[in-house]
Amino acid sequence: MPAAIHDSIHFSWTALRAYPARTLLMLIAMAIGVAAVIILTALGDGARRYIASEFSSLGTNLVLVFPGYSKTSGLGSLAMVNATPRDLTLNDAQALSRNSNIRRIAPMNIGSVNASFGGRSREVPVIGTSHEFLKLRHWQLAQGSFLPVTDLDRATPVCVIGSKIQNELFTAQSPLGQWLRLGERRFRVIGVLATEGRSIGIDVQDIIIIPVASAQQLFNTPSLFRILVEAKNRFAIKPVKQFIIEQLKQRHQGKRDVTVITQDAVLATFDRILSTLTYAVGGIAAISLAVAGILIMNVMLVAVSQRKTEIGLLKALGAPQTQIIHLILFEAMMLSALGAVLGLILGELGCYALRQFFPELPAYAPLWALLASMAVSLLAGLVFSLLPARQAARLDPVLALTGK
Amino acid sequence: MIELSNIHRDFKVGDQSVHALDNINLSIHPGEYISIMGPSGSGKSTLLNLIGLLDSASKGTYLLNQQDVTVLHEREKAAIRSQTIGFVFQAFHLIPRLTAAENIELPLILAGIAPEQRQPRVQKAISDTGLSDRADHTPDQLSGGQRQRVAIARATIMQPKILLADEPTGNLDQKSGQDVIAILEQLNQQGISLIIVTHDAHIGLRAKRQIQMLDGRIQSDSHLNSNPGTSPGTSPPRQDQANASSHT
Repeated sequence: MPAAIHDSIHFSWTALRAYPARTLLMLIAMAIGVAAVIILTALGDGARRYIASEFSSLGTNLVLVFPGYSKTSGLGSLAMVNATPRDLTLNDAQALSRNSNIRRIAPMNIGSVNASFGGRSREVPVIGTSHEFLKLRHWQLAQGSFLPVTDLDRATPVCVIGSKIQNELFTAQSPLGQWLRLGERRFRVIGVLATEGRSIGIDVQDIIIIPVASAQQLFNTPSLFRILVEAKNRFAIKPVKQFIIEQLKQRHQGKRDVTVITQDAVLATFDRILSTLTYAVGGIAAISLAVAGILIMNVMLVAVSQRKTEIGLLKALGAPQTQIIHLILFEAMMLSALGAVLGLILGELGCYALRQFFPELPAYAPLWALLASMAVSLLAGLVFSLLPARQAARLDPVLALTGK
Repeated sequence: MIELSNIHRDFKVGDQSVHALDNINLSIHPGEYISIMGPSGSGKSTLLNLIGLLDSASKGTYLLNQQDVTVLHEREKAAIRSQTIGFVFQAFHLIPRLTAAENIELPLILAGIAPEQRQPRVQKAISDTGLSDRADHTPDQLSGGQRQRVAIARATIMQPKILLADEPTGNLDQKSGQDVIAILEQLNQQGISLIIVTHDAHIGLRAKRQIQMLDGRIQSDSHLNSNPGTSPGTSPPRQDQANASSHT
């Protein structure tokens, strides 16, 4: 007959308390393992969520059109940007605008030119695009207005600047209405971007936006870097993608030479990569749990030899082998359970500290990591104390009572 | 109640075989008070462990309440130890981190008895041994005599039929030793079979039946003198027992 649970708890608890140094060391080992799993998976999952939110800050229901086409889908196409068989043109962009599923369309050119005002000048990234760009990217204006509503091919000499440009080139005076020199041309500042906007690879505070036709003149190129298309809603994304491919194929003599990727696809790819990464670091951290398990085995083996007379006594008092095994296993399980709970607290504290230091990283450990680390530590405690428990159960009571 | 016939117990020491018990024949009835005496290495502790099912015979049969226990499994032997046999050791073997009351309670816990049934029995055992004001003390806060009284309470809490005491006074001063013997004898008067292994002739001679051992054999058994023929074996003269005192 096995002893009742609360008796086992009491008995094991007194044993754990009787050897505070070994209990503390064990708890720390197990806690570090569990905390490592929690913090590392929180980092991985935080990175995944960070990327996801960055991508949705690009805009909603976006379809991106790149020049060039390779058979690989998704991110692989980014590598093809430079090897372009046929350019995307403004006419291509205009041709795409005639579809009811498309809400906004913004062609995009990007380059770097020298901007100067008064005596100050510096190299600045310049984006050439259309008036729909602002809403498509969910950016805000701090003052003035955005690019005017005109035909795409009109090169109006106006520009919208980021707040950092404003501070560095115009210092104290208001930039609105001033003429800013970009390369060999002059542009009138009509607006300033708010600082809130964020986007991958682009610092909104440190750019200048001009009409796409002006940018083509400035960079002396007839082609576009890419075309951003916003579908009417989530369900329109697929037909829009299909429409773009068909339309551009027609315009390019039946050759498919553009890559069309949807925001969803990119997001899904990143999601997959970062989830895999999270599992991987979680797995690596779990190795420390296994190490803690081996430590448990060591400690329990020592405990068994330290307490030989006690085990001999329990046998003399009528405890069968199974009961001895149960008691040793229970003690180890209690040790690893306490360590796991301690690790949980430690891990959550670590995640909290991470969020304090890196506010933009949502470092929350996923639920599966919490559950898995608990389960693995309990399992390690169980598996690695089987050997010590069997050893205790097999002690000869006569020899054990004499401490041999 | 206890029926040992042709019991041998051999230990392997290196490549040599040592006969700790050599053809033991012994019959013990309920309620007997027996002392087993003899020099170190004479096999008296081995005999006690064997009777208590902590050790098993290499050869021979052991009937306990008409049941052959030499063929029992480990679990069944443990159950018999739990229900029928109580042990008192020279070194007390109290668990140092448990209080006196918890040490006494231990056999009840191991036997799976519910807490509400355990408490009154533990309380009674504590007051019977006169340790009421020491119940919450750990063993290191108790004197030797008190520790052995706790150990006796623990050995008898399951109300066993047989109480086995291996040098119960070996670690005690004379006064405490006498107290412990008095408690044990009182238990015997209440019907428990008491078997004491001892070096001390003064204690050994108090027993109604005295067994002398030497080199794993029973040298004399006072019981045989009064009841000749119950068991085979030699019965040397009684004065041999006096020699035992020279070993203490």
